[in-house]
Amino acid sequence: MRVVVDLNRCQGYAQCAFLAPDVFAMHGEEALLYDAQPDDIRRVDVLRAVAACPVRAITVEGAGGKWTADRVGVPHGA
Amino acid sequence: MALDGSLERLRREGHIVVVGASLAGLRAAETLRTEGFTGALTLIGDEPYGPYDRPPLSKQVLLGRVPPDHTDLPRHCAIDARWRLGVAASGLDLAAKRVALADGTSVEYDRLLIATGVRSRPWPNELEACLDGVFVLRTRDDAARLDHRLKAGPSRVLVIGAGFTGSEIASVCRERDLPVTVAERGATPLVGALGSVIGEVAARLQHQHGVDLRCGVMVTGLEGDSAGRLRRAHFSDGGTVEAEVAVVALGATRNTEWLAGSGLAAGPRGIACDAGCRAFDIRGIVADDVFVAGDVARSPHPLFGYQFLSLEHWGNAVAQAEVAAHNMISPGERRRPHLWTPYFWSAQFGVNIKSVGVPNMADHILISQGSLDEPRFTAAYGYQGRVIAAVSFDQAKWLEFYQRQIEQAAPFPLPFTTVDRRPEGMRPVPAGFPDPSVPTHGPEVTVSGHSPTDQRVTFTPA
Repeated sequence: MRVVVDLNRCQGYAQCAFLAPDVFAMHGEEALLYDAQPDDIRRVDVLRAVAACPVRAITVEGAGGKWTADRVGVPHGA
Repeated sequence: MALDGSLERLRREGHIVVVGASLAGLRAAETLRTEGFTGALTLIGDEPYGPYDRPPLSKQVLLGRVPPDHTDLPRHCAIDARWRLGVAASGLDLAAKRVALADGTSVEYDRLLIATGVRSRPWPNELEACLDGVFVLRTRDDAARLDHRLKAGPSRVLVIGAGFTGSEIASVCRERDLPVTVAERGATPLVGALGSVIGEVAARLQHQHGVDLRCGVMVTGLEGDSAGRLRRAHFSDGGTVEAEVAVVALGATRNTEWLAGSGLAAGPRGIACDAGCRAFDIRGIVADDVFVAGDVARSPHPLFGYQFLSLEHWGNAVAQAEVAAHNMISPGERRRPHLWTPYFWSAQFGVNIKSVGVPNMADHILISQGSLDEPRFTAAYGYQGRVIAAVSFDQAKWLEFYQRQIEQAAPFPLPFTTVDRRPEGMRPVPAGFPDPSVPTHGPEVTVSGHSPTDQRVTFTPA
């Protein structure tokens, strides 16, 4: 799956780093590092992170469907 | 409202060609489809890869945490495009509405979007640039090569230029426990983009993390051994440093050479376009069928005196691509202006740096929250008595507030007392930008005057 974070929008709330720690990690107090192409087995974690982001900065696309921060309210495909 | 016949035909069965298959090109293609364009779509890219994200390359990729080929951009929708990857555009015939490609073929268009972006400015001495161990960082391949070399544990890395990319590379090297020397022609790191007041903080961060920072010097030569491997660098102050790796981080140069002689207003500063992303020709008349977006564009911005603004920013590429695509398939009265407020970020030495507005247009600065000593603060930049920009170090949550101040042309100094404002933050001081007539490795924002055909730019790194 493919992921991108709009880091202009990101304000370092770190919800993604708690919900999908294999994909998102804080680097220092506020900066975020992430794997833009995590393994599909992380899909549920990543979709939870998308839904939990307070500023809706995470966009995800997966095989067989389109997923964006604006369209995913709750985790799908669980 | 009904569209006129020709626009309706374009939307239904026209051919739109996008030159540039990176962030701006992809987002434009997606916008065309989501707004109902059902004709043929061709994307041309000089790299052999589909659209991928570049900001991670100097961060998680170079840190070795994510493989270089793990930065593909997600797709918002199926764009059903014909991809011509690994072949650069080499010419444009406006009259024939045809793009020539480097492999000798050509592609005709009804409407064209140019999003060819920028490339790393190479080391100016070609022989020295060919030494084994001399790198630039812009593409996925660049990142893979540099990551491979850093893994081998070079005795020292020299970073030439302490702009954002150079500083991020130096930060990564220290985190990988590699000895690093940074050579910067200006008085401090980041001085071209943020001025010397904030630049001093950046310098302190580098020192605290063990970087051998040399400011006010130029690298005058790179010297190799008999096998053609980089061995040492010579500085303008007479000093030398032994290094096995040198990363040239002298900013970027715009990919406009392929447009030479096309009649478009394209030059070293980019391609001039109107606020609706339509390209100007050299007469200063907009070309109806040619649009521009992303790093290669320069367009007038009302917040900054309608001067042409070039922005090498991720967010600008997205926003401008969406406006350009919308306008390409919309009648005049439904077209939108690109009025994005500049925004960018950098992560280095464990600090998240963010900026809104155009700092390097400012004359004064004040620290409106926090303290330079921590360093956790927000700085407001003023230009002729109004707020023009703000920069935060680990205080990103405040920038939206400052964005509104900038967009409303709020007075500077700020007329209110803010939370956590220290005594020293009440008094504006000169922002400390270098003389703009002296070329540097480049702030990533350039306010470049009013002329759509300004081509008077030269760059002399030494």
